[in-house]
Amino acid sequence: MRPRLRVGVLHSRVRVEEKWIFAALEQRGVDYERLDDRRIFFDLDHPETWRQYDAILERSISYTTGLNALRILNAWGVPTVNTAAVAEACGDKLATSAALSKADVPQPHNLIAFTPESALEAVEKLGYPVVLKPVVGSWGRLLAKINDRDAAEALLEHKAVLGSYQHSIFYVQEFIQKPGRDIRALVVGDKVVTAIYRKSPHWITNTARGGEGEICPLRPDLEEICFRAAQAVGGGVLAVDVIEHPERGYLVNEINHTMEFHTAQPLTGIDVGAVVVDYVVQVARGKIAQPGGIRV
Amino acid sequence: MTTVTCPECAAEITLEADAEVNEIIVCSDCGVDLEITSLAPAAVELAPMEEEDWGE
Repeated sequence: MRPRLRVGVLHSRVRVEEKWIFAALEQRGVDYERLDDRRIFFDLDHPETWRQYDAILERSISYTTGLNALRILNAWGVPTVNTAAVAEACGDKLATSAALSKADVPQPHNLIAFTPESALEAVEKLGYPVVLKPVVGSWGRLLAKINDRDAAEALLEHKAVLGSYQHSIFYVQEFIQKPGRDIRALVVGDKVVTAIYRKSPHWITNTARGGEGEICPLRPDLEEICFRAAQAVGGGVLAVDVIEHPERGYLVNEINHTMEFHTAQPLTGIDVGAVVVDYVVQVARGKIAQPGGIRV
Repeated sequence: MTTVTCPECAAEITLEADAEVNEIIVCSDCGVDLEITSLAPAAVELAPMEEEDWGE
């Protein structure tokens, strides 16, 4: 008889996605444990308590917490979904852009600078309007559309003076006149599970900011770019956000490694939580290779 | 039916049957975010403020 699998779910607050994941784990009779990332600690001399898990699904709401937990777990050879390497590539927009660039996956034109002066030069080179984004951040927070030089100077100075050092990594992106929507595609392993449009009259279409969902048909070219984007960051359970450029077609804007699917699951009728759990079970059984997380 | 009291405005809130520990609920009276910290007995606390690196 196959030994019983033990899965850990590292979480913070329980969102609706975690509820669906827990329900799928229970339906499948998987022996799982909820690990609140605000209560756990790691003793670096004693990996054995963590090595008893066949896999850990990381659903932390804090990027820093999740990433650091994954680093320790992968160093100990504990299989995780996703791996620390994938979290590193997705949680930082600059790292994502670098990975996409390496894999020749089409993305918006991005310029990176490290001082307000060089950032201003980058902004002027792109031409207004541009979008300034924090390299770490989510839910559409702190995105700024800059329409002219006055605004650029003010914003760059504020970011340099008021922000943490992270805000002095200036990530400047061309503003794309998208058709009032972007696309979120959910990729699990080598399969593009489903996709939705996120529609909003506002230039920020994130559903966390009021964007509304609509089913997006999975065209082969959309599937291909999403699959390639997921592979570029190492693969796993990922949400690929895609912008439709009026001339250049699909561009990958960002990739989320602890994806939310509160809009996609009810809209498409696909039990995404169950798809995620099935993938985690495959990882726990050692059926899926773990980049950077070889079991000891 | 399980009820809790909002620590912010003292309103009585009824928890859903499928409520989970660590789930965030919103007080229908004052709108504050609350985290369910236990179910038996039912208890809630003010939810932590959103941090800059939070997200998906």
